[in-house]
Amino acid sequence: METTAVAVQTKPAPPELEVVNLTKRFGTFTALDQVSLKVTPGSFHALLGENGAGKSTLVKCIMGFYKPTSGDVLVDKHSRTIDSPKDAHHFGLGMVYQHFTSVPAMTVAENLVLSRYDSPQWINWKAEYDRLDAFMATSPFQIDLRTPIAQLAAGQKQKLEILKQLYLNSRVLILDEPTSVLTPDEADEVLGLLREEVTAGHLSVLMISHKFREVMAFTDEVTVLRKGQLAGHGYVRDLTVDAMAHMMLGEKKEATPVEKVTVTDMRPVLELRNLCADRDNGLPAVRSASLVVSTGEIVGIAGVSGNGQRELVEVLAGQRPRHSGEILVNGEPYQSTRREMARHQVYTLPEEPLRNACVPHMSVAENMALRTFDKPPQAKRGLLSLLNIRRMAEELVKVFSVKTPSVDTPVGNLSGGNVQRTVLARELSSTDINLLIAANPCFGLDFSAVDYIHSQILAARNRGVAVLLVSEDLDELLKLSDRIFVISDGELVYESPTASADIKTLGQKMAGH
Amino acid sequence: MTDRWRSSLEKICIPIGALVAALALFGLFCALAGANPFGVYYSIYRAAFGSWSSFQNTLIQASPLMLSALCTALPARLGLVIIGNEGALVMGGLAAVAGGLTLSGAGAPVLGVQLGMALAGMAAGGIWIAIVGALRHYRAVNETISSLLMNYIAIAFLNHMVNGPMKDPSSLNKPSSYPIPEIDMLGTLPGSRVHYGLVLGLIACGLAYFLIQRTTFGFAARTAGGNVRAARVAGLPVGKLTLAICFLGGACAGLAGMVEVAAVHGRANESLNANYGYGGVLVAFIARHNPLAASLVALLLGGILASGGILQRSHGLPDATVMVFQGIVFLSVLYSDSLYGKLPIFKPRPARPRPPVATATAV
Repeated sequence: METTAVAVQTKPAPPELEVVNLTKRFGTFTALDQVSLKVTPGSFHALLGENGAGKSTLVKCIMGFYKPTSGDVLVDKHSRTIDSPKDAHHFGLGMVYQHFTSVPAMTVAENLVLSRYDSPQWINWKAEYDRLDAFMATSPFQIDLRTPIAQLAAGQKQKLEILKQLYLNSRVLILDEPTSVLTPDEADEVLGLLREEVTAGHLSVLMISHKFREVMAFTDEVTVLRKGQLAGHGYVRDLTVDAMAHMMLGEKKEATPVEKVTVTDMRPVLELRNLCADRDNGLPAVRSASLVVSTGEIVGIAGVSGNGQRELVEVLAGQRPRHSGEILVNGEPYQSTRREMARHQVYTLPEEPLRNACVPHMSVAENMALRTFDKPPQAKRGLLSLLNIRRMAEELVKVFSVKTPSVDTPVGNLSGGNVQRTVLARELSSTDINLLIAANPCFGLDFSAVDYIHSQILAARNRGVAVLLVSEDLDELLKLSDRIFVISDGELVYESPTASADIKTLGQKMAGH
Repeated sequence: MTDRWRSSLEKICIPIGALVAALALFGLFCALAGANPFGVYYSIYRAAFGSWSSFQNTLIQASPLMLSALCTALPARLGLVIIGNEGALVMGGLAAVAGGLTLSGAGAPVLGVQLGMALAGMAAGGIWIAIVGALRHYRAVNETISSLLMNYIAIAFLNHMVNGPMKDPSSLNKPSSYPIPEIDMLGTLPGSRVHYGLVLGLIACGLAYFLIQRTTFGFAARTAGGNVRAARVAGLPVGKLTLAICFLGGACAGLAGMVEVAAVHGRANESLNANYGYGGVLVAFIARHNPLAASLVALLLGGILASGGILQRSHGLPDATVMVFQGIVFLSVLYSDSLYGKLPIFKPRPARPRPPVATATAV
């Protein structure tokens, strides 16, 4: 342990971290394609990209969670084999995760000692406290060593996560969206202190982010990923937010033309009035959202994930109580009960269908019957007709081309695309749908499945269904929606007909400008 | 062998394997206590299923077990682990005695008194467990812990009632309530000592199975138990389902209490608290919360319980030895739960590679 203490005091310059032509494939899916990146010693480097752009995969390859399919990770210009975070630590690399990894019931000092890779069997607490006090005296943030973690505020917990890495003598910090759980003030404080350490030459930082504000204020260099490929690199001082948004979102082609029928008789179906909802931790997630979705139109909600769109959909789907505000469907107050869903014909395609819309161990047939099991012909006077449930499922499996061994197979055994098709079959098969709420309906699906789902949603719109489409994929929204909103920090901050939407403004609004 | 067969075989083989392992461990225990394990096995078999007379004892023990098992098995379909069977049974028994005494005092006909006792027992047990469900749904109180603690409250309440307000002054050694008149007691099946509680148990298990598998209520409950988020998306009233299924489960245990007082003891006293509740938890777990299987498992466990006396008489083992056995069975069944999907012989086989086709060149 002497080495740790001495090393902290001398603070050697951080090593250079370089990634060369790194490729990572999962099966046939290429998550990263020939990506290169260089973190020069003593710089604050941002890694930007949309969801699914490959940012997390890249840092997981660096830290040894994943083994790259090809390519090299260089530390101080030597190719290194990193098979585990422990190996990465050996080379001075440390990662701070998006979520806290401290033990709430233990004190700060206990957590720091616990985090060591070489924790002794027997701990001499007096000596440890002496060393920890010495370490704290030289560290950028101060936290009382004797405070239990449970009493720390979120900002302090995040500081502790960073302190842990400094205590472990990591010289290159990799931060995975470190500010997603912090308030803007806390974020500024943490990043500001880190910035000072970097400026003093004690540290290099590689930070995953999709907040342009933080990138502009604190970082030196930026590398942008898009769909697993290197989309750009540059010095922040030479770049504008527009330029970065452009790199991140790509050359926006004109929205692919899709067959849209103009529905003449437009009347409002879904109406939100000052809807507010809270996150699980009680902080506001949706702040006073108001919008109207009419028959025969798709209203898109764009936004970077974590800005309240999940909670909004959960409230509409009946999974989360609202805080205040009104939801009207066909002009009547709507509480997401089964009776109202049936009367107004409201259907939902939630994100992560296996988690949100299916019972994994129940059969495909039973899952397809989730909307209809209590109505004739599937049920008579409270008794199920297993025969009719099976028949309907066999029909739907055919129509929606669900690939399943049989309708009795548990839906959890199907592939992601087929689970989504199962849900789609259930939610879109009704002939008199009024309102469809869809959230990231194509997330994680391959190209053909995406195309199929898009065509189904469009077909529903053309039949006169009102569609609310919440998505983190801007391309999808530009392609499908008639009007587009941007949600940022729980507020609908922008609204425009999609045809006349300005892509730059959209990007800026999504980034919170 | 198809995958479906393999999975049904798994569901049968694993519990049986757990029972066999428990028997082996119990044999070890008997050997340590100085008895011949094989002699003990034989005695248990004889005492449980050896003759018509001993089998009747088994049936008598099995009927409250079947009913009380449903108190765990039904809520389990909703994803709740409830072990408050003992409490619901005690409350049911107490309410049945109170109802029975009131009705017979008012001069109601025999059938009316019996029906009144059954309804009172079911209502009391049902409300008892519905409280657990309400705590779970509205206040997120852990249902396992609260139902366990409610057992102690129920038992203390029983002791208070039979020592105080409901005490029959003539019951000196064992404080009890006033007895239910002989005429109002549940009768026995023709030609046997087995009371009608067995019929009630079998009917309840059959109805419970039908309710869960074949009705819209059961479908909704299974959905909410399998994935509450999906149930909410489908607009199912999760809170009402929780309360309803907890009430039904508790009502079954309450009916077990009514059967015990109205067919066996004739009055409420501490004999009510005879571990049928915990036995029922065990039955439900071995049966993997399937009500039909629970009726068979209850027979098996009833047999084991019925053999307590003979172990004492012919092997010099303490009376509580059967409780040790019960505990070992419980542990091995809980352990076996972790084996589902782990044993290679029950794993679905990967589809056989197709014979090469001429066109299949590039992969």
